[in-house]
Amino acid sequence: MSETLGISPQSVDDPEPLRVVLAKLGFDGHDRGLKVVARTLRDAGMEVIYLGLRQTTDSIVAACEQEDADVIGLSMHNAGHLTLAPRMVQAVEEADLDVPVVIGGIVPAEDVAVLIEAGVAAVLGPGASAEEVVAAVRAAPNRQSPDHQSPAR
Amino acid sequence: MSPTSLDELFESARAGNRRALGRLLTMVERQDDNAVIVSERAHRDAGQARVIGVTGAPGSGKSTITGRLAAVSGAARPAILAIDPSSPLTGGAILGDRIRMDNNVSSSTFIRSMATRGHAGGLAVAVPDAVRVLDAAGCDPIIVETVGVGQVEVTVAAAADTTVVVVTPGWGDAVQANKAGLLEVADIFVVNKADRPDARGARRDLELMLDLGHRGEWRAPIVLTTATEGEGIDDLWSEIERHTSFLHHSGELIRRRCLRRRSEVADRIELGLRDRALRIIEAQSGESAMGRVERHELSPAAAAEQLLAALIPDNPPEE
Repeated sequence: MSETLGISPQSVDDPEPLRVVLAKLGFDGHDRGLKVVARTLRDAGMEVIYLGLRQTTDSIVAACEQEDADVIGLSMHNAGHLTLAPRMVQAVEEADLDVPVVIGGIVPAEDVAVLIEAGVAAVLGPGASAEEVVAAVRAAPNRQSPDHQSPAR
Repeated sequence: MSPTSLDELFESARAGNRRALGRLLTMVERQDDNAVIVSERAHRDAGQARVIGVTGAPGSGKSTITGRLAAVSGAARPAILAIDPSSPLTGGAILGDRIRMDNNVSSSTFIRSMATRGHAGGLAVAVPDAVRVLDAAGCDPIIVETVGVGQVEVTVAAAADTTVVVVTPGWGDAVQANKAGLLEVADIFVVNKADRPDARGARRDLELMLDLGHRGEWRAPIVLTTATEGEGIDDLWSEIERHTSFLHHSGELIRRRCLRRRSEVADRIELGLRDRALRIIEAQSGESAMGRVERHELSPAAAAEQLLAALIPDNPPEE
């Protein structure tokens, strides 16, 4: 699968897989894209903690803490991204977590800058290739921040 | 990792800080040099929690049952360790157990998903370490959930005080359970999806198998559940408690925990030896035994004997 997508598994230099929490926030039932992304990230060698539908910012923060996640991936198809994505970023900050939020789904072009301004790490629209999804998730964690400096990393 | 910050992490984890506990679990999950230090530190405070293993075929309802169990336990800080396989090809994994749990468990339940990370042997060390950390953090009970396929996964779930084996109607007769090695590890059987036809048939099959004999004084009870509706979960918890008191009264708890500790030491030695052996083998080439095997001059059996003799002397060290 990974070969057909042209994605190489994680390199040997970084043997610890990225742990990614994937969820849909609030009232939004379109989870097909999220399932495709889960599969794509797994095939790129990541560990996907799949929360699925009807999550809250609290449940996502709790999962991130318990799972020691590196990245949050949110799928949004209900036109609520301008409200919900900044709330997620804020909830992560309030929990004093250093976990970037990547958004995927239907986001109009003019909203992308607004979301980035609100602290979202990356926005992936329809048509984003598997390579782009993997690259965006890999680039998201700020591994230089003091919080993530442990001897193991 | 300095001793102070490690102590601080343990202290916060014990006080209920999810993030500190999550971080500690990552350290033991990696099984690097830090893992040994964390394991050492956890060992001091561990040994209190009840450990419950839940295993069974994929899709039999283990995660739903596990989440419901944590809820009915009435415990202040239950923990769930949900283990799913990593892809052998890419090392990635989809850990999907939480979606079957989130709606049922309280916010005081700590859930951690763990991937097998390719090294199935490593699981035999990483899981006891993770349980030790959860225990040291004050979690109780600790429920370890694994897919009941593969020797290591079954062994990991069986390395508990109480092991629950989940089957479903139509899963095949009890011969299947026997084949999978599930029958002899079960302290309690659950026939889940009991609202389906032939749940009683599945129970009868198990009863017949148990009639043929069981180890020791404890005969595994069979509980019918419909986990999605929460039916039978109270009964299951009662049976777990009954088994817990049996363990205490019979002395079986001490015996089991002794065995568990011994086998963990054996697993660690095995893992360490394998790592060292692989390092030696990788360094071998040319005129060495490995080089001669490559050129078909030496048989693999003879080469392995030579290398093994070099690695460990034949006489075991004195006590």
